[in-house]
Amino acid sequence: MKEILIIAGFGGQGVLSMGKILAYSGVMQDFEVTWMPSYGPEMRGGTANVTVIVSDKKISSPISDVYDSAIILNQQSMDKFESKVKPGGVLIYDTNGIINPPTRTDIEIYAIDAAAECARMGQAKMFNTMILGGYLKVKPIVKLENVMAGLKKSLPERAWPMLPQNEQAILHGAEIIRKVK
Amino acid sequence: MAEKDIRLMKGNEVIAHAAVRCGCDGYFGYPITPQSEVMETLMELRPWESTGMVVLQAESEISSINMVYGGAATGKKVMTSSSSPGVSLMSEGISYIAACELPCLIVNCQRGGPGLGTIQPSQGDYFQACKGGGHGDYHLIVLAPSSVQEMHDFVILAFDLAFKYRTPAMLLADGAIGQMMEKVVLAPQQPRRTDEQIAEECKDWAACGKGGRKDRNICTSLFLQSEELKVLNDRLQAKYKQIEAAEACWEEIECDDAEYVLVAFGSSARICSATVEAARAEGIKLGLLRPITLWPFPAKPLAEFAERGVKGFLSVELNAGQMVEDVRLAVNGKAQVEHFGTTGGMMVSPDDVLAELKSKFVK
Repeated sequence: MKEILIIAGFGGQGVLSMGKILAYSGVMQDFEVTWMPSYGPEMRGGTANVTVIVSDKKISSPISDVYDSAIILNQQSMDKFESKVKPGGVLIYDTNGIINPPTRTDIEIYAIDAAAECARMGQAKMFNTMILGGYLKVKPIVKLENVMAGLKKSLPERAWPMLPQNEQAILHGAEIIRKVK
Repeated sequence: MAEKDIRLMKGNEVIAHAAVRCGCDGYFGYPITPQSEVMETLMELRPWESTGMVVLQAESEISSINMVYGGAATGKKVMTSSSSPGVSLMSEGISYIAACELPCLIVNCQRGGPGLGTIQPSQGDYFQACKGGGHGDYHLIVLAPSSVQEMHDFVILAFDLAFKYRTPAMLLADGAIGQMMEKVVLAPQQPRRTDEQIAEECKDWAACGKGGRKDRNICTSLFLQSEELKVLNDRLQAKYKQIEAAEACWEEIECDDAEYVLVAFGSSARICSATVEAARAEGIKLGLLRPITLWPFPAKPLAEFAERGVKGFLSVELNAGQMVEDVRLAVNGKAQVEHFGTTGGMMVSPDDVLAELKSKFVK
């Protein structure tokens, strides 16, 4: 098993954290993992992305030209990464802010209205774990118990009271993701 | 599932943990992207409350390296870290430390240059690390980690080598390895040496009190008499020869039957190991030699490959072509040697390397 995933969006959407939770989940399941961020300007509101690789073998390159899966959270990232999903791969996007939906016909495309759902629930902070839940529904590479253990590991102790809400968000994300084509 | 003590950490964070755990006495630094997490992590760990290690943010890189100079002169295990422009500022101090034959660790988490450049990863400081940087005939022992685990392990190794040869050691990483997270297993905590242990171990050279001896130790690099300065230089060169003979270290991946060999260190070695997998899948007999020590450079295995009939070497570096000169010296005209890389803080991909290999060698 080897999954090369890119998560891309705006700084502040929880892109890097989502990648970290997934990477830690992989650690908890005894996989090899790499987490390679874009770093720098994204902290000031620019675009942010992270490449996460989860594998049952030693990982050679932590960067890649092409991805098994892409999670796209803004239009700029869609423009940049839609073409880089491997044929037969998976593209997941949040519909909020996407003006030009993906057009590829040789990949599986899923949509999730996580931004709208979080706004409706008044829980903006659950955005990235909800997306992660959707992704794991499509690509169940790690078990939920390991995701929760990974989530706990990647959060500071002061945020642990939020763990149950995040678990609910992960489960809810799995419910609301839908296949577009 | 039982919890294991496997952490997921950034390369920069791991440097801080390794320093505390190997009993480092002092860290002196000044923040600069992409390595600021080293000092940030040390500040979070608060080792002054546990091991007694000093962590100090100096007012500049020049100040940091001179604090390292002073600490090292007393036999303490001291270090600094910075990124390319900051290391340029330290170069004078590094030359002084080498001249005084003092052990210390300097971490360079490289970014794109020249000048202030960019904060994105680069390997443009190979020349600076291996060929000088500062003035005069000196060398650093230069280690090139290519994983987060090696960022940890090489802190410990670099200190060991620095003390073994009483010479400064450098860990030449880059923004990619520093910012990347991978699994890491941390070493058990070692105690810091006591003042008594340091006085005993370093009594021949450290400025840590006469301790009842007749003569004091003086750490200086100023020898106005040419004959005296030559004595120092001869001693340094003899030591460098000894290091070159004993400490060159490298990793070979799929080199045994290779017709072509990639040479790459640090983050580009990771990229190249994926190129080797892809090339082998296409039936191209490609290997990778990864220098672990950049100085001393592993010239011997490269010379042997050339002797054995390897047809071509491609030196893959995130710069405009620096290590390739050492590869050419090692191969000594016996095979074609080319460089492939990029600048500006860009990365190359495994596919880019394979395409270059095909266009240059595999017709």
